[in-house]
Amino acid sequence: MLLIADIDKTYDGGPHIQASLRIPHGASSTILFGPSGAGKTTVLRCIAGLEKLTAGKILFDGHEWTSVPPQKRPLGYLFQEYALFPHLRVRENIGYGVRHRTDVVERVAAKLNVHELLDRWPSELSGGQQQRVALARVLAREPRLLLLDEPLSALDAATRDHVRSELAHLLRGLGIPAIVVTHDWVDALTLGDQMVVMSAGRVLQTGPPREVFTRPQHREVAAAVGVETVVAGRVKRREGGLAILGVGSAQLAAADPGREDVDFYVCIRGEDVTVEKGRAEQSSARNHLSGIVVDVAPAGILTKVVLDVGFELIALVTRQAVADLELTKGADVFAVFKASAVHLIPKSA
Amino acid sequence: MNWQAVATTLKLASATSIILMIIGLPVSYWVAFSKWRWKFLVEAVVALPLVLPPTVLGFYILLAMGPQSPLGRRYESLAGHGLPFTFEGLVVASVLYSLPFAVQPIAAAFGSVDRKFIEASWMLGVSNLETFFRVIVPQSWAGVMTGLVLSFAHTLGEFGVVLMVGGNIPGVTRTLSIDIYDQVQELNYSGAARTSAMLLIVSFVILSIVYGFNRKVWLFAADRRHRQDV
Repeated sequence: MLLIADIDKTYDGGPHIQASLRIPHGASSTILFGPSGAGKTTVLRCIAGLEKLTAGKILFDGHEWTSVPPQKRPLGYLFQEYALFPHLRVRENIGYGVRHRTDVVERVAAKLNVHELLDRWPSELSGGQQQRVALARVLAREPRLLLLDEPLSALDAATRDHVRSELAHLLRGLGIPAIVVTHDWVDALTLGDQMVVMSAGRVLQTGPPREVFTRPQHREVAAAVGVETVVAGRVKRREGGLAILGVGSAQLAAADPGREDVDFYVCIRGEDVTVEKGRAEQSSARNHLSGIVVDVAPAGILTKVVLDVGFELIALVTRQAVADLELTKGADVFAVFKASAVHLIPKSA
Repeated sequence: MNWQAVATTLKLASATSIILMIIGLPVSYWVAFSKWRWKFLVEAVVALPLVLPPTVLGFYILLAMGPQSPLGRRYESLAGHGLPFTFEGLVVASVLYSLPFAVQPIAAAFGSVDRKFIEASWMLGVSNLETFFRVIVPQSWAGVMTGLVLSFAHTLGEFGVVLMVGGNIPGVTRTLSIDIYDQVQELNYSGAARTSAMLLIVSFVILSIVYGFNRKVWLFAADRRHRQDV
């Protein structure tokens, strides 16, 4: 392992954060995921040496790091708003931490395609350019581990998508392991090989991002990764690979997780729920629940439709669908979703 | 115009502000960044000259410099003469008297440097001391200039402390403000008026430069932000 971090940090009268991280040698990036206030940034700052541990230890390549100052740790820390020095030009910013500047600056500037920006001031750069310059500054010191704190949150939505794929490409090309803090599941899926989900100062689940998203092991993880509907349900019977659950006053079918448990959290992603006016005759979807529309609210490019189908179910549909189906409060509708779209988390977990 | 007093005053103000830069930078750094729980006591001590009557301050400085005090005796054995009623003594007193005028603007400027820049510097392998000179001071230069100029201007006009510690020795410790006092005592109102007018104008010009300078810095920053928005 390159990094073994067992972090225990208590703030006076504040939150208590406990997290263990293992970062293997080699170029993999680990996503530290969770809602704001989960303690992700604190974990990153502890690894960087910007915060002192209350207990626990950090081993880097076999070396104990507890009393090593931040300056002596071979890390590349990308700050949330990039923290480019406003009083220095791009060239001096990139060369700030290195002794033999010229060739190093030229080299990383070429690698990050910021050559033509070298004589500008940071305030003259766009958000995406600032990020590349900040990365160049970090890479000039040839760090052995990158720590990226919400690398995309300072950007507006339009540039974010573009910069995200650029960053993903770059991270894969660099060959340096990275820890990326984010609360955005698109970031997690795009940038991560491994994912550590935190909530309220604890690590809840670790695994490849796709697995975490499709198979959250905790209710909090499901909520944190943006599963819109998380409700309690109880298995009534099992038949032909399906589990039939009672949820509220409704019944629905889910793929049988094959466990003895009967009490589960039922997780359904809003994108997986279709809303229809009448009962569809021909459909492979197992679940057709009748109900009424409780609320209709815009959610980005989609519209969030809250349904009462015996329990509260949230569907994400296009605006066109809202118009076509005349979805307004009180409308009678059917909610349709496949059994495989229902993910079950045992309550005992 | 008493040019000898002008020269003494300028010499005193220059020496004081230069020494205050040397002492003021580390003291301001400490005031801005220390997390010591009793820090407020030190801040109060630094701010004392703002509220104490100069005669009170001068009295204690005089006692501390005098032959009765260990400090005074030590200086006398090193320098061969005492500090009171000398130019050096006057400089020491002025430094103490003008300390808040240097420390407060500089510490405020240091404190307003965004912590992320300091941490970014650390994470790039740069030591605390080097970070101070490469990140904190360059981003606080308006505050540092303000501190330098204010301590200069404040020293130009001091009276009570000078009188207590320096006395009134022509060419050595007689400054402009004391010269004005002497002229009024001698009922030489026209001379006092000339010197007063000069001190008034010089002080006004210096302060205008400081405030104009700070405003320009502000405009410059706003201008940069504006360019970013476009």
